[in-house]
Amino acid sequence: MTRPEDLNRLPRAVGAAVNPSYKPYHPKWHRKRYPVFWWLGKFAYGKFITRELTSLAVGYAAVLLMLEIWVLSRGQEAYTRFQELLVSPPVLIVHGLVLLFLLFHSVTWLNLAPKALALRLGRKRIPDAAVLVGHYAAWLFATALVVWYLVGR
Amino acid sequence: MAKVSREPFFWAMFSAGGMLAALVLPAVVLLLWFAIPLGWVEAPSYVELVTKIDRPPVKLALFALVVLSLFHWAHRFRFTLYDGLQLSHLYGLIATVSYGSATVLTLLAARLFWSFP
Amino acid sequence: MSDSITLQIQRYRPEEEEEPVWQSFEVPRRDEWMVLDGLNYIKDNLDGSLSYRWACRMGVCGSCGMVVNGEPVLTCATYLAGLGTGPLRVEPLEGFPVIRDLVVDIQDFIDKLVSVKPWIIRDEERPLSEGEYLQTPEELAEYKQHSMCINCMLCYSACPIYALEPDFIGPAAIALAQRYNLDSRDHGAAQRMDVLSQHEGIWCCTFVGECSVVCPKNVDPAGAIQRYKLKATAEWLKSLLMPWSKR
Repeated sequence: MTRPEDLNRLPRAVGAAVNPSYKPYHPKWHRKRYPVFWWLGKFAYGKFITRELTSLAVGYAAVLLMLEIWVLSRGQEAYTRFQELLVSPPVLIVHGLVLLFLLFHSVTWLNLAPKALALRLGRKRIPDAAVLVGHYAAWLFATALVVWYLVGR
Repeated sequence: MAKVSREPFFWAMFSAGGMLAALVLPAVVLLLWFAIPLGWVEAPSYVELVTKIDRPPVKLALFALVVLSLFHWAHRFRFTLYDGLQLSHLYGLIATVSYGSATVLTLLAARLFWSFP
Repeated sequence: MSDSITLQIQRYRPEEEEEPVWQSFEVPRRDEWMVLDGLNYIKDNLDGSLSYRWACRMGVCGSCGMVVNGEPVLTCATYLAGLGTGPLRVEPLEGFPVIRDLVVDIQDFIDKLVSVKPWIIRDEERPLSEGEYLQTPEELAEYKQHSMCINCMLCYSACPIYALEPDFIGPAAIALAQRYNLDSRDHGAAQRMDVLSQHEGIWCCTFVGECSVVCPKNVDPAGAIQRYKLKATAEWLKSLLMPWSKR
């Protein structure tokens, strides 16, 4: 990729062909190169990238869920061995990290819900706090449902 | 009329997957990877678990959870690579690999759930 | 409390140098001064060649946006003595080509703003004899927040996507498009959608959210963009399921 500083020395036509953002007649304007690791520069950016990386935890959980379903279809023996694998220390540590990332995903996702939804009840706008509380209530309800279904008597 | 971007579809999948994963995955993971194998709760037996999962609405819900989570990962990871590592010049390749792998896993999941147990 | 503070300014004189350089100035550290007052002191007393933009000095014109200690701020609205005793780093806005010193070229923003048609578009104009367009307080509240934009471009400076993707339309342009889309007098939503629904429109945005954090007027461009993503997705779904309906 052409470095911004090189654009300053190219003739206009060539510069425009190489990079459509090249501004003709202004070869001396300085364009700073944006660093690859820009997200290490500010705490807010670091938090953002961490949030984005939670997608790996979500994908991993989906795949492991598929794996567990497959193991269940292979019989009791396979399931028992799978359970033993799950409690081995390295797996527990990795899964602990995955769980933390999943929780971070949940919290950041639900906290952003009021920003994305501008709901109206009749003529009045529903306040952000209400949308937030509603989402956390849904989280609680979904959790209770899953727990009840899997281990409830 | 200008060409309409295909993004709305992938964004919709990402959004649905993100919401579902946020609401349901922590509980599922806490139970299946910790509480049950470590004996924190009275675990369902193998037969009980298979029976609980073998119901059509449950299979459908689990399938939806898996597929939407996979597409959530694909969409978000794609943009993380574009912006986090400045790889947007590999736009087509990254899009193909991410959505492609999500699709392949979806097909696997479909077969898995269809023939379960 | 010390009576002077160091300002480290990024200088760029294209006729003299290839790359920007840092230059330090000692400036009185008055409690009531803004960073802009510090810059004016430098220009009046220390180095008249320092180039920067400012106008109203009260936070309504949007001219004096710069990056101070890594954060995009309005220099007329940032207290000089409020950022500690250490040297203050002052740089031009991120994401725009630097013409000279702290002055950046904003043509890209202007072009993108114009492309979203930030004015009332009506199917049929009403004649003057029919009087004003009436609007209820609720209808005003729909778009009022987004109308507060002063085009200061702090949001563009804070947005990493704008720095990474040269064609991204950017936060303020989308917020202003929404300001008109949500206005009850406007009929132009479909026209704006053609521009915004491109990949370089709203879909580049990954909701970093810094644009809304740095906005001095609380316009909340991040919220505007997310809501528009939902709307664009709904429109796309509609066009898929009911292709005969006119947008």
